[in-house]
Amino acid sequence: MSRRAAAEHRLAWLLCAPAVIAMLVVTAWPMLYAVWLSLFRYDLRFPDQRQFVGLDNYLSVLGSGTWWQALFNTLLITVGSVSVELVLGFVFALVMHRALVGRRLVRASLLVPYGIITVVAAMSWRFAFDPTTGFVNALLGLHGAWLAERWSAFFVIIQTEIWKTTPFMALLLLAGLTLVPEDLLRAARVDGANALQRFFRVTLPLMRPVIMVALLFRTLDAFRIFDTVFVQTRGAQGTDSVSIVGYNTLITRLNLGLGSAVSVLIFVCVLAIAAVYIKGFGIDLSRREDS
Amino acid sequence: MSAAEANGGRMERLFWGAGSAVVVIYALLPVAWIVSLSLKRSADLGDNRFLPDVVSLEHYATVFRDPQFSAALLNSVGIAAISTLAAVLLGAFTAYAIVRLEFPGRRLILAGALAIAMFPPISIVGPLFNTWRTLGLYDTWAGLVLPYMTFTLPLAIWTLAAFFREIPWDLDKAARVDGATALQAFLHVIAPLAAPGVFSAAILVFMFAWNDFLFAASLTSTDHARTVPAAIAFFTGSSRFEQPTGSVAAASVVVTVPVIIVVLLFQRRIVAGLTAGAVKG
Repeated sequence: MSRRAAAEHRLAWLLCAPAVIAMLVVTAWPMLYAVWLSLFRYDLRFPDQRQFVGLDNYLSVLGSGTWWQALFNTLLITVGSVSVELVLGFVFALVMHRALVGRRLVRASLLVPYGIITVVAAMSWRFAFDPTTGFVNALLGLHGAWLAERWSAFFVIIQTEIWKTTPFMALLLLAGLTLVPEDLLRAARVDGANALQRFFRVTLPLMRPVIMVALLFRTLDAFRIFDTVFVQTRGAQGTDSVSIVGYNTLITRLNLGLGSAVSVLIFVCVLAIAAVYIKGFGIDLSRREDS
Repeated sequence: MSAAEANGGRMERLFWGAGSAVVVIYALLPVAWIVSLSLKRSADLGDNRFLPDVVSLEHYATVFRDPQFSAALLNSVGIAAISTLAAVLLGAFTAYAIVRLEFPGRRLILAGALAIAMFPPISIVGPLFNTWRTLGLYDTWAGLVLPYMTFTLPLAIWTLAAFFREIPWDLDKAARVDGATALQAFLHVIAPLAAPGVFSAAILVFMFAWNDFLFAASLTSTDHARTVPAAIAFFTGSSRFEQPTGSVAAASVVVTVPVIIVVLLFQRRIVAGLTAGAVKG
């Protein structure tokens, strides 16, 4: 290796060091610490009783109905919101792609849900569906308390998520749409393909990589859902997500041992989801950096 | 163009125009709703109507008299600004090295950053809570700046790297040949080219820190460092019998208006930043 190359390596590592150290210290190390804590009985209200218990915490979490219900809820919210977002995101992206007038207006208004604080969005929808303050019941001629029943509460939570995050999906898909060559679409049109055929046979296959990346990020993001559930139900009516269970165990009940076991299990779930996308659907994330 | 074709074109324009209107209404509906709710008199909060009968600013007066809210506002702006500065600075160093220098570990850093972007924050909340209590970082600005900076570094690195790849770095050499010093070449040639990308990354990072609720709810407990999302969320929980709906609505509007202004002013930069890492890659 030449001295010049060695100097370049040194400079590169010097430049990267602060960011790499920060990422290791504030994420990798706490994650390992969480694994360690999860092996102890450790309740901050009774710190003297701290004791190594092996995998007992995992057994009690996995043996409890709370965890499995929360996991089911989280998957329901994830699948429910991400699938609708994909369809709706495509519709919005096509509107922005094709609309000649008001394109900037549409894009600017879509950035509002993206930019708004999630807690605020969740509040607004909560008030809208509230039987006392809301307008939704009056509009639909209903009388129910949406957030007081499990399935209607899920409806409100999922639709809040959809409202908040479809813009992200739509903007990514719009960027993907602009990569589809117009010539190809024109050629398909000349060959007699109608609008639907052009979309499903030309646009969609070309956009597959963009769609998969958008889906991966949104799925992992939706799986972490916390803010909306916290604001709208606090996990009542059997609507808690895994993050809510983690928060309640760690911060509300100060049970660091049990809570860390929940944290580690959530991390494992996220790894599993990422693995399914990357192996199962063949997303090659590493290739993109060199293209 | 035949008459039928012109007609078809007009129909198509009408179709997409109507579609645009629906999208705009859908996107802005909850914002209009919370604005309208915040302007209702307390007595009218339960009238189930979309628009206020009589416009009143009483809830805004309440919110601005509340020392908790102004403290939260200051905390949010300060913490988000410091996190943004730190993440963009460290991210820019790293992105520069990745784009401009050849060294082993480039791919590893990019992959590691990507892994952190997918990382569930709840998984490290417990350890951070415990460590921050020991180190005296619990309920301080630094206690939130550190996780915000770290969780936004991947975003900053990927976005900046995508932008930096597009910069014609050789212009720098050309300027040097023309007699500019290294500093002049950087300030007058490279910095203006890099600025838009840096700005895009900064907006995205700021929005993340401004939006976060989980860390704020877990790592703060008082006005000392509690940010706006936590203040608004716990505001509601404070009274079981009288819901402070009007105050929450007014506080929400106060923190949403700046976002809307930023979005309107910088929409091109935000969209560029959002899609740079994900699509161009």
